[in-house]
This record gives sequence, C-alpha cells and structure tokens, in this order.
Amino acid sequence: MAGELICDCALRMVNARLTIALEHSRVTVLFGASGAGKSTLLRILAGLERPSSGRIEFRGEPWFDATRAIDLPPQRRRAGFLFQDYALFPHLTVLENVAYGSGRRTAAALLERLGIADLSARKPRAISGGQQQRVALARALAAGPSLLLLDEPLSALDAATRVRTRRELRRILAESGIPSIVVTHDPTEAIALGDWMAVMVDGAIRQMGPVREVFRKPADAMVAASVGVENVLPAQVEAREGGLLALQVGERRLHCMDGGESGSVFACVHAEDVVLARPGSGGSSARNRLDGTVSSVTLEGPLARVELDCGFPLVALITAQSAAELDVKPGEAVCAVVKTTSVHLTS
Amino acid sequence: MDWQAIGLSVRLSLCTAAILLLLGTPLAYWIAFSRRRWKFVVEAVVALPLVLPPTVLGFYVLLAIGPRGPIGALYGRLTGGLLPFSFQGLLIASVLYSLPFTVQPLVAAFGAVDRKLIEASWCLGASRFTTFRRVVAPLSRSGIATGAILSFAHTMGEFGVVLMVGGNIAGVTRTVSISIYDQVQALNYRGAAETSLFLMAFSFVVLALTYALQRRVGGVWPAN
Repeated sequence: MAGELICDCALRMVNARLTIALEHSRVTVLFGASGAGKSTLLRILAGLERPSSGRIEFRGEPWFDATRAIDLPPQRRRAGFLFQDYALFPHLTVLENVAYGSGRRTAAALLERLGIADLSARKPRAISGGQQQRVALARALAAGPSLLLLDEPLSALDAATRVRTRRELRRILAESGIPSIVVTHDPTEAIALGDWMAVMVDGAIRQMGPVREVFRKPADAMVAASVGVENVLPAQVEAREGGLLALQVGERRLHCMDGGESGSVFACVHAEDVVLARPGSGGSSARNRLDGTVSSVTLEGPLARVELDCGFPLVALITAQSAAELDVKPGEAVCAVVKTTSVHLTS
Repeated sequence: MDWQAIGLSVRLSLCTAAILLLLGTPLAYWIAFSRRRWKFVVEAVVALPLVLPPTVLGFYVLLAIGPRGPIGALYGRLTGGLLPFSFQGLLIASVLYSLPFTVQPLVAAFGAVDRKLIEASWCLGASRFTTFRRVVAPLSRSGIATGAILSFAHTMGEFGVVLMVGGNIAGVTRTVSISIYDQVQALNYRGAAETSLFLMAFSFVVLALTYALQRRVGGVWPAN
C-alpha cells in the first residue's frame, strides 16, 4: 500500500517540511550532523514529542493538526520505533520483549525468521549489542507497524559489528515490506541503508532525493558540508588479491582494502584524501594514481576545491598554496593520488 | 506486655499501608510524570506531615472528621456512626500522617524508570495503564516495597496523632505507643520496658529487611 507521509511542523529549532512516498520497503534516510534536529523530528513523527504548530498526515489520515487540535497518541499511530540504545525491557526475556506488542506465537515465529530463536529465554543484558538491535527490530516488527522509525540504529555498536549488522539491517528492512525512516549522521550508513535521503541542516530539510544523487549533487554548500563525502563512485569488484580489492571505476582501476564485498559497490573517497601531483611523477606508496585533467578550481578560504576528470568526476580538496605551486588550472593535466585505505566501500 | 495494643497497632498499620499503596500509587505516578507547572504545590502538601507536629495534623483531622466537619458529616450520613475516637477515624489520620512515607519512595522509583522504556511501550500500542502495569511497576518493585514497609513501620510508632484523634480506648484506639505511655504514667516501668523493647526490635527488623531487600532488588537484576 503506497501513499504519502506529509510532515510540515515546527518545534523549538526544528522547522521541517517533507513529503515521503511510502513505497514498499523503501528506506528514507534522515541525514544530518548531530544537533540538526533529526531525532526530534523522528520523535515528532512517532507522537512522542508534540509540535508547537503544523500538521502531519499519514496515508491521508491526520496524525497531527495544530489548527484542528488533532494529536494522535503514539499508541494509535502504530509507528515502530527503534531507539538508539534499543530500550529493551530489562525485566523481560527476549521472547517476552518481542511478544509485548503482538503475542507469543507471532513473536516466536519472528525470532525464528530472524535467526535468533535460540536467544528467546535470555534477558536483554545477557546478549550482545548486535543481538539486542535485532531483538529491538523484531519487537517493533512484531507489533505490525505501518511505518518504521529508526534512530541511529547502528551507533551503539562497535565498528566491527557495525558493518555486518548494517548489511543484515538492510536485508531485514527490505524483507519487511514496511517503509522506514532511518536517522543517521554517517554517510556510509546512509548509502548502505537508504534508497531516498533527506538532508537536515539546522532543523530544516534542505534537500531530498535518491541517496546517490544527493551525495553527487548537493543542492547547496550547507548540504555539501553536511554530507561530507564528495566522491561517491559506482564501481565493480574485479579481483581480490592479498587482502586488497581491485575495482573497476569507469575505465580506470582503483585498489582498496578487502572487506568481503563483491559485485556492484560504491567507492567513497573524501575530497581531502585526494592528493594531487604532477603527471608522470612517480615514487609514492599510494596504490591509486589516476591521470586526469582539471575541470575547475574553486577557492574556499585557505583551501582549493579542485574538480578533476579522470574518466569519472573526482573532487580534491587541497590547500590554496599547493594549488598555486602545482599551477592547477582548468585544462591542465594532473595526477590524483589516493591511498588504498582512503577508499571506503558501500553496497 | 499489652498484646491487645500490639495487635491493634499491627492491624492499623497493615490497613494504612494497604490504603496508601492504593491511593499513593496514582498520586506518585502523577507527581513523577506530570509536567504541570504547579506540581510543586502538590509535592509540598504531600510532604507536610514530615515537618508538621503530629498534634497540629491531629487537630485538623479531628476537626474534619468531627460530626460537623465535612468528612465526619458525610460519614455520619452514610453509616450513622461517628469517626472521632474510632478505629476508622484513626485510620484516616494514619493514612494522612504516613502519606509521604509511601509517596516519596514511589515517586523516586517511578522517576528512575528509563523514559525510553515507557515510550517504547507506547509505540508498541500499550496504553498508559498497561505500560504502568507491565513496565513501570515491575521495574519499581523495590520502591513499592520500601513505600509499603516505611508507612507500615511509621504507623506502628505513631503517637501524637493517635492521641489527638483516637484517644485511648482499649481494643479500639489504644495503640502500642499509647499503651507504653499509659504504663509509664501508672509507674509500671517493667511493662513499659517490655513493650518498648518489643517495638524497638520490631522496628529494627523491619528496617533491616527493607535495606537488605533494596540491595538485592535494586542492585543487579538476577542474571538469567
């Protein structure tokens, strides 16, 4: 069942206007730096925070309308909410937690489906962070929500668990068929989890669109600064050797660390991790050397933002001084150097 | 030892603790979760018995439950009986006198429940009452126990209020502390010493149990 979630409301510093198409399984990432108001907006949508003005409509049903004094309590909105630290009931077992909003049979079946049935009798504090996250997700799903709201779902996990859990989360969200909104400040997470993305800056939604598009073409400088990653390159895993992956990006090859990825991926490179050198000047430890031409140079205070064409567009952020010394000008040939460890993959 | 007085005190204390749990829980819930600006007024009223001399409290209760007082008149119309110098009258006074001893531990316990757990329950469709029953109350077990035990123990030892409201009628309103006072007045020091020792030992055991219980329940949830 499609439909739309329309939100246009204000509370304290948040003044958000957005419309989200509620397509099957679609994941919308609510992206922004910490303090941008993402979590507050999520709590407003769940009915946990009352906006001072505006309205919220879900599939034509008014959830909140300040002018008509409508404010549906969270119980009647039935939005599954995943808290940052999961908020599992400490006095109940895993099975009792999941059965809280549904009943034992549904809960047991769901635990089975998510592969955590063996944890049923344990208390939340006796299981790992990754497992707690899956139990919290099961609890939210078991209640049959119309919408899933996830507040920084991976931030409570250590780095090693995060990547694995991220992949599982994406799969579970896709299989659930329920549209979801995920709050995150991590670009990698946004790309890995999201289909659609809304960027929030200082309480307002500044840009909305397909995730890759937002990363590739930030609408303005504030969004660009907020999303952080300038280079999101579609790539294909070609070979793996000695702990490294060889990627095909357009006509060129890039090397990066092997994290178990395969097939189609996205290679993310921060502009400040791209080093520029004169063409042909060899002799550095970096594995990735890409010859290209300068398309444009923009000065940003002490820094210069250099856009290159290496067969694909690549942005480098170097000091204005270096740019002057290297004589970087549009049309000039340069060599972009990127360390293997600076290439981050997401699928 | 005045077993009749001890029996009466135990009965009065049990009734008081039971009524206070019933009345104190919604009151404590409101104090813990309400965002009203004038909440502090209610909190101050609840705490009044902590600082008021029992005679002052007893005096006002006596006025209120007298045949011409609002509560006494209503009681008279409903039952035809009188409240002053009766067990029921004493019960009303005891409930008021021990109110903070139940309500304050309850407020502290409810307030200590992680707000996110309550919100999680709401998002799962559970009503406020169900949330209280299934999340807040189980997580406040030690606070609820403390509130009940403290009001029980406090009522066991009350003196001034009883004297003002209940008087000294054997088997009806003569509680342990009144009985000890009587024995001293009659120069029966032996009897007074026995009853006093009993009350002292009893109070110690109750408080020791309370603290032991808190350590066990409040510390670590039993590992599964």
